[in-house]
Amino acid sequence: MSTTAASPSLTDNPLCSAWLDFSADGRVTLKTAKVEIGQGILTALVQIAADELDISPDRFDVISGHTRLGPVEAGTSSSLSIEVTGKAVRHAASASRKLLLDEAATLLQAETSTLSIVDGTVYVSGRDSSLTVWTLARTVNLNQPAMEFSSPKNPSARRLIGTSMARIDLQAKAASSAFIQDRVEDGMRHGRVVQPPSGLRRLTAFDADALAAQFPDVTIVRDGSIIGVIAATEALAIRAIEAASQLVTWSEPESPPQDILGALGELDAPPEIVTDTGDVSAASGTKFSLTVTKPYTAHASIAPSCAIATWTGENKLQVISHTQSPHGLADGLGVVFGLDGPRDVTVIHKPGAGTFGHSGQDDAALDAALLAKAVPGVPVRVLWSRADDFQASPMGPAMVVHTEGTLDDNGRISALTIESRSQPHARRPGRGGFAEMTNAALLDPPLPVPVPVDVPPLRGGGADRNATPLYAIENVHVQKRILADWPVRTSALRGLGAYANIYALEALMDDMADAAGQCPVAFRVAHLNDKRAAHVIEQAAEMAGWPGPAVDGEALGIGFSQYKNKSAYSAIVVHVRLDDEVRLLNAYAAVDCGEAINPDGIRNQIEGSIIQAASWTLKEAVNIDGDRIATNGWDNYPILKFSEVPSIKVELVDRPELPPLGVGETAIGPTGAAIGNAVKRVLGLRLAHLPLTRDAIQAAINA
Amino acid sequence: MTEAVEFNVNGVRRQVDDGTTPLLLALRGDLELRGTRHGCATGNCGACTVLVDGQAMTSCITPTEAVSGRNIETIEALGDDTIGRTLLRSFMTEQAGQCGYCVAGILVEAKALLANNGAPSRAEIAAVLDGHLCRCGSHHRILNAIERAAGELSEGQTS
Repeated sequence: MSTTAASPSLTDNPLCSAWLDFSADGRVTLKTAKVEIGQGILTALVQIAADELDISPDRFDVISGHTRLGPVEAGTSSSLSIEVTGKAVRHAASASRKLLLDEAATLLQAETSTLSIVDGTVYVSGRDSSLTVWTLARTVNLNQPAMEFSSPKNPSARRLIGTSMARIDLQAKAASSAFIQDRVEDGMRHGRVVQPPSGLRRLTAFDADALAAQFPDVTIVRDGSIIGVIAATEALAIRAIEAASQLVTWSEPESPPQDILGALGELDAPPEIVTDTGDVSAASGTKFSLTVTKPYTAHASIAPSCAIATWTGENKLQVISHTQSPHGLADGLGVVFGLDGPRDVTVIHKPGAGTFGHSGQDDAALDAALLAKAVPGVPVRVLWSRADDFQASPMGPAMVVHTEGTLDDNGRISALTIESRSQPHARRPGRGGFAEMTNAALLDPPLPVPVPVDVPPLRGGGADRNATPLYAIENVHVQKRILADWPVRTSALRGLGAYANIYALEALMDDMADAAGQCPVAFRVAHLNDKRAAHVIEQAAEMAGWPGPAVDGEALGIGFSQYKNKSAYSAIVVHVRLDDEVRLLNAYAAVDCGEAINPDGIRNQIEGSIIQAASWTLKEAVNIDGDRIATNGWDNYPILKFSEVPSIKVELVDRPELPPLGVGETAIGPTGAAIGNAVKRVLGLRLAHLPLTRDAIQAAINA
Repeated sequence: MTEAVEFNVNGVRRQVDDGTTPLLLALRGDLELRGTRHGCATGNCGACTVLVDGQAMTSCITPTEAVSGRNIETIEALGDDTIGRTLLRSFMTEQAGQCGYCVAGILVEAKALLANNGAPSRAEIAAVLDGHLCRCGSHHRILNAIERAAGELSEGQTS
């Protein structure tokens, strides 16, 4: 881990005590605002701290995502938890170790260099001194800036780093009641809300009397267009809300939106220039072009969104949530209820099922807080229905990516342009002083809805994420156009624009390699100055036995990217068979993420993102009906099944001397691209409209 | 509201007041056994799988009255026998899960599978698990874990 580059989390929370607490004898509490969503981050952070402190990981407890008890950090996003928080934790642990050992040296009248720590006990020249970090911590001031005292171990001195420590949370999640959905608070009641069909519609009629007559034991809540119920049991809440949904009437939208892909195609918003190198118009050679489209996609978490809210004392709100942005949610709820978010709203994270950015977690928290306001002091739990979760969660934006390349007479790319079009890729709660939760705009009085903006390039970009090629090309122009005014809500979904951009860019690379009569692997390597990039491409090709099987109807395809052009490198090769649909047989991944903290955890993330991206690529599209999301369940949003997943091999290029890089999203784009490229090699046709379903393949063949 | 229903859950006689309540909600609510997962409530995702007289069923679409007098086994009883303990150990050895939400239903399903078929092929395991959805993409590891458990059970490396 580099000791020079700043960690924003450490800049904002510079003291050792912000991250580590030794006050319980024999235990260490590690504190972070980053949350576990199945990616294994808490295990990796414990590993980093335990290694630096020489204290067994079994002695660690973790406070994660608690707005009052932990550091103030940005949400869990953009594969930054290891890069940013991992670095902060390493420095805090290193500095704490130094401060504690300095005190031990004084007490023992020994040189600090003769001291070591063995599972929390201080040793002098290899002998037990009977001092422990816990006794020392009683008098040592850890309210000191970590960077002033930190000097992390050399990579060769690390013992736990690079080992595949088992997840600290997995067994409880596999076989007991560890999720937010399973939580029961004292006196808790169960609430549900009739989710409005879209942000364009308002409640015009609601027969509250009929509902009250049918459900005398249920508390009915109304605020503006939001109708909810609170009941003693979940079963009763479900029955009541199903009845309520039959007793409401919604306005018709004045002008429901048209087809999103058509709107993106006609979009005349001014372009934002992302990269402009050389002069693409001056390049001469053979021209290639491709326009890729991607539909709206869903988080499709296995568990519906859930939250438990309690109004306590003097206008204070406590929310238990599986949000990925605890501090942002506190801010957003503060805006809705006229509170000082950081002071008056406490958000406590508890894990839910896997989410991959900004799904419905925060909206469910607002629903729970709205209902709980009607019953002060009573915890109200809201669990959305499966349909709510598809229809009321923000979605991954639909995209249109147009790319053009120029191939010179020597078979080299002389120019490349990309324009990415989509709605914004992040509308997280609390942003810019706005609530940013759909139902907040439907209250009485309604909260203002900001004009959404896309993620800026400095933060990795949204629509333009990974649009700029890593390949060494003299003339490059990359721009994006953002459709801001559109009623279907979009936000962050794993990889943001990288998925569609890499699909398009890597497709064009293959098309140009084919036209130049070059092997796609060699063609890529020839266009790379970055050795780490070339290495993973060659390694993945070798793993797969490139160019692969000479079997009719089967082929390999490759995709590559360095996530955000600054994080982990991934090359993916897939082996597909095409009959009447695409069948994935094998996937091979070579990944360079610098120092590998937990190799098995990394492999788990890569395997998972290959399967998830394959599912997006082969199956997934949210159906829109005017202003409403028609998709409402697994029947009409199929995802990859057990019998459809490929066999997967992952190899890591471990570089313990280099900073560790996040891996949660790195394989997403290359996987989609590899599938598209493999299908082209079998079919001889470039499929540019995702997903690559049986119907899409038939349409391409018949076109 | 219908009549009360009685049935056995993990070997204990239990009663639920309203027989129309879906078994999932009765288990999690009335009986306070919250290891069985609330997923889609439409029978599509498999997260809520329990065994009814040894058969895997989605408890979310099974009314409690349909299991009157029968023997229900939930994830809480997984460790009560060799197959369940071996499966859980294999899942941890393979680190077969990410968020872990789908795993409980899959463990229960796998227990029924291995009770009936000591040496299922990978394709047979996958076919049985097609009623279960995993969003994090742990499929590969889950299949490995069940194969491992089947192997250990057949070799007698059990606990």
